[in-house]
Amino acid sequence: MTTSISPSYDVVIIGGGIVGCACAASLAKHDLKVALVESNIIGGGATAAGMGHLVVMDDNPAELALTRYSLELWRQLVSQHNGDFHRHEYSQCGTIWVAADQEEMDVAVLKCRVLNEHGVNSEMLTAQLLYDKEPQLRPGLAGGVLVADDALVYPPKSAQILLDTAMSFGAQLIRDTVISIDDKGVNLASGTSINAKETIVANGISAMNLVPDLPLRYKKGHLLITDRYPQFIHHQLVELGYIKSAHASDGDSVAFNLQPRPTGQVFIGSSRQFDVTHKEVDVHMLSKMLERAASYVPAIRDLKAIRSWTGFRAATPDGLPFIGPHPSRKNIWMATGHEGLGITTSLATAELLKDAICRQTSQIDMLPYLPARHSRLS
Amino acid sequence: MKSKISIQINHQTHLIDPGLSVAAALALCGQLVTRISVSGETRAPFCGMGVCQECRVTINQQAHQLACQTMCSEGMSIITGDAR
Repeated sequence: MTTSISPSYDVVIIGGGIVGCACAASLAKHDLKVALVESNIIGGGATAAGMGHLVVMDDNPAELALTRYSLELWRQLVSQHNGDFHRHEYSQCGTIWVAADQEEMDVAVLKCRVLNEHGVNSEMLTAQLLYDKEPQLRPGLAGGVLVADDALVYPPKSAQILLDTAMSFGAQLIRDTVISIDDKGVNLASGTSINAKETIVANGISAMNLVPDLPLRYKKGHLLITDRYPQFIHHQLVELGYIKSAHASDGDSVAFNLQPRPTGQVFIGSSRQFDVTHKEVDVHMLSKMLERAASYVPAIRDLKAIRSWTGFRAATPDGLPFIGPHPSRKNIWMATGHEGLGITTSLATAELLKDAICRQTSQIDMLPYLPARHSRLS
Repeated sequence: MKSKISIQINHQTHLIDPGLSVAAALALCGQLVTRISVSGETRAPFCGMGVCQECRVTINQQAHQLACQTMCSEGMSIITGDAR
């Protein structure tokens, strides 16, 4: 005798970070019956650990397409309800990519051209314009690129807002831990199961526990936040050397990355260490990171730090996220591997998955992000 | 008799005995408020030992200095959060 049990949900989402919450909102708005499983606080993992910088990245065409599309979606999201800006703590601070020397200035010119060609408003800054905008930068820099539409949010709040939206469209939050997944849904630590037609794995680096063939690596980062110094800096400041160093080596590295929080606090980043899985602040790494920041903005030595912490980016071999169906496991979808761009690309990720699950045409081509591009996943 | 030193509190000059912390000088000069909290409340020195952070003032243009942990010196400028 066979018993036919209809699925309880159309989609179950694993992970209440910003990617999972964005997926829940997109799918629930599309009249799908959604459950999201998260045992911890919403937006409490890598979502809470990052800077919340919404940034167009152009290291390759696929990254540019995804970040540009997602920035559009962010602008739509924060302008809902006559301005949800303050709920997300959204601030259109723009990014200044700082060029230290002529070699980096050449990179800046190229970057500016590529961005403008793709409709991303950007502007070359001479050294003089750079110092007019950011007087705290050390003398002797070459100039930079201003990308005025880049912005920032407070990611844990945005994650909660997205989940609230999903729940207002009928999505359910299930406080539990997923211990395994199969083609019929997920099995929980509490001993129960959730039946769903589709399962989305959106729990960042922890996805490797549920999908062991996923080529994800820990990429640990440090951040530090200061007391309030309003108007100390005005834009997110990132060294253009970031581009060079990000791909140059597999080893530990730091880069100059400063953000003006709307509170007047200054966020100081960044560091990266592959395959380090403990959460403790590494004082050596932290001091290297601060030295790097002070080499660009000497006055940060006089600021008071109030807290520093770490987080784990989920890194993929090619730096692009995994968005799409698992190539061999039925009804399982991936939404992880966003590395340092999860806040930026969360909304585009959600739209792409919603379009794929609902068999709709998506605004950008999903092909470059499909998990099937990796041979280990077969 | 030790000579007095001159400090400025919110742009007003005060003559005080040497050897005082900024927190003590503020109290002696009748300046009870050190800072305004994020929610707009007035705050004053509390712990007196560099822990509570309530005594933060701007000293010689440097924001967020602890009044209880800083000694006054000749010509020092102190700005409190309630200064207009």
